[in-house]
Amino acid sequence: MRLDELTRPDFPILERVVNGHPLVYLDSAASSQRPRTVIEAMGQYYARSHANVHRSIHTLGEEATELYEAARDRVQRFIGAQHREEVIFTRGTTDGLSLLAETIGRTLRAGDEVLITELEHHSNIVPWQLATRDRGAVLKAVPLGDDGTLDLEAFERLLTRRTRVVAFAHVSNVLGTINPVARMCARARQAGAFTVVDGAQAAPHLSLDMCALDCDFYAFSAHKMLGPTGIGVLYGRREVLEALEPGRGGSEMIKEVWIDRARWNDLPWRFEPGTPPIAEAVGLSAAIEYLEKLGMEAVAEHEGALTRQTLEGLATIPGVRVYGPPASEARGAVVAFSVEGLHPHDVAALLDAEGIAVRAGHHCAMPLMRRLGVVGTSRASFSVFNSPEEVRHLLAAVGELRTAL
Amino acid sequence: MTDKPGDGPAGSSGGSAAATFPGGGLGGGRRGPLPYSDVIRERWRRPRFRGELPGAGAVAEDVNPLCGDRVRLMLALEGERVSAARFVGDSCAICAASADVLAELVVGRSRAEALRVEAADLLAVLQADIRPTRMRCVTLPLSVLATALNGKR
Repeated sequence: MRLDELTRPDFPILERVVNGHPLVYLDSAASSQRPRTVIEAMGQYYARSHANVHRSIHTLGEEATELYEAARDRVQRFIGAQHREEVIFTRGTTDGLSLLAETIGRTLRAGDEVLITELEHHSNIVPWQLATRDRGAVLKAVPLGDDGTLDLEAFERLLTRRTRVVAFAHVSNVLGTINPVARMCARARQAGAFTVVDGAQAAPHLSLDMCALDCDFYAFSAHKMLGPTGIGVLYGRREVLEALEPGRGGSEMIKEVWIDRARWNDLPWRFEPGTPPIAEAVGLSAAIEYLEKLGMEAVAEHEGALTRQTLEGLATIPGVRVYGPPASEARGAVVAFSVEGLHPHDVAALLDAEGIAVRAGHHCAMPLMRRLGVVGTSRASFSVFNSPEEVRHLLAAVGELRTAL
Repeated sequence: MTDKPGDGPAGSSGGSAAATFPGGGLGGGRRGPLPYSDVIRERWRRPRFRGELPGAGAVAEDVNPLCGDRVRLMLALEGERVSAARFVGDSCAICAASADVLAELVVGRSRAEALRVEAADLLAVLQADIRPTRMRCVTLPLSVLATALNGKR
C-alpha cells in the first residue's frame, strides 16, 4: 500500500473543499498538516492533565511533568541524541537559532567570524547579524555553485582560525539541496568552530542521527513535521551546553536566586526559562510516534518519489523553470519553480483557484533569491499524505498557467 | 500638459480577455468572483501608464516585504497639479494593475487631491475580490505615491 493511501484518512483537513475543489495541500515546507492523533493528544492533555510542570506538587502537576519529560525522551530517540539533557524545547527553529545566536553571541569578540551560507533561511542569517554587529565580529557566507550546491572549496577557504561559528541548513527550503552536514561539521570542528545546523526542512523527511552528523547544535520545528505550532527542539551536545552560559533568564532555568545573582539549573532546563509549551510537547510526541510508525525511510522514499515526479513533470512544461539540484540527486521534499511572464504570487493565486496550495515569494531567503536573480519563486512541497494524483493535478494546472492571465 | 491614457509600452501577452480560464480546467469549478477581474487582467496585459517618465519631479519606490513586489512611481508636477504619471516595477498582476489605475486617477489632480486617493477608490476600479493577504499588493502603489508627494502619509 502506498503511504498516502495509508495516511490520508488520518488527516481531517484533507476533507476540506477549497474554491470548489478538494484541497491539494502542497505547502508542508511552510507548515504541514496534522493527523487526528496529534490533535486528539493535545485535546486530551488539556481536558484531563493540564497543570504547570516541574513546580506543582499535585497530581495534575505530576502528570503534566511526566508527559512533558516523556516527550523529551521520545525526541531524544527520534534524533539519535546520546543524552536526554541534550534536548531543549524551544518555540521553534527560529527561536532555537536565536537563542544560540544570543548565547554564543555574548562570547564573540572583535575580529571573530561567523560563517553562514548563501542558501540560508532568514532565521539563520538575521540572528547572526544581530550577534556579530555590535561586537565587531564578522559575518561571512559560503557561496552557492550554479548547480544549487554549496561551493565546498570556498567553504574550506572561508573557514579560518577566527571562525567561531559555522551555521548552515541541513536541507535548503527553496532548492531542496541536502548539505553534507557530517563533512562540514568535521571540518568546522578541526578549525575550532561551533557547528549550528538548521534542520527545519530535514527533520520532517529524513532519518536523523545526531551522533552520525556530529554537530554541536541542531534546531527544528514541530509544525513542519505533523506536530503543533509553537514548539521546536534545539539539540545541543552536552559538553558544549555545559560550558555555555544561558542567554535568557527566568523561572525554571535556575536553582537559586538572590537579588544580584543566580545559580543555574541543570541541563536541559537551564535553557528553558518560563512555562514551556507543554501541550505542544505532547502534540510533538504524538507526531513523532506517527512518523515512527510509518518509518522515516518509508517517509523519505515516498516524498522523494513525489519530488522526482514533480521535477520531471515540470521540466516538460514550456516556460517553466525549476531550481536546485537535478531530479537524479538526493533532495529535500521541495520543488521551487517559476512560470515565464507570471509573478510567483499570481501563480499561487491561480493554483489556489484550483484548490492547490503552494507557497510563493522569497521563502524567507532573500539573499538566495538575489543569487538566483529572481524576485521570488513558487514552491510545491510534500508530506506523507500527498499522492501522485495530486502531483498530476498540479502539473496539469501549471501547464495551463501561461495563458491564464 | 495633461497626460492622456494610452497603450503602455509593454503588453505581456496578446490573448483574449475572456473571464474564464482557457482549457476548461483552471477556474472551471470555481464559485464566487474570480481573484483576477477583467480589469486586472486587462491592465496587466496592456498597462496604460507603465514606463519611464524622464524629468519627473516626484519619484519614489518601495517594496512589499511579503512577496518582493517592487514599484516605482514617477510624477510630473505643474505647480501643485500632477500633469503626468508613470510607473515601473517588478510585481504581481494585482499590484501592477493597482499602480496603473492609481497613475490614471492622480493625473489632473492637485497634490492634496492625489493624496486623498484611497484603497477603496482603486478597488472600485479594479472590481476584484481581493483577499486580505493580497491587499498590500493593492496598497503598495498608494504608499509609494504618498512618499513621492510628501515624504510620508
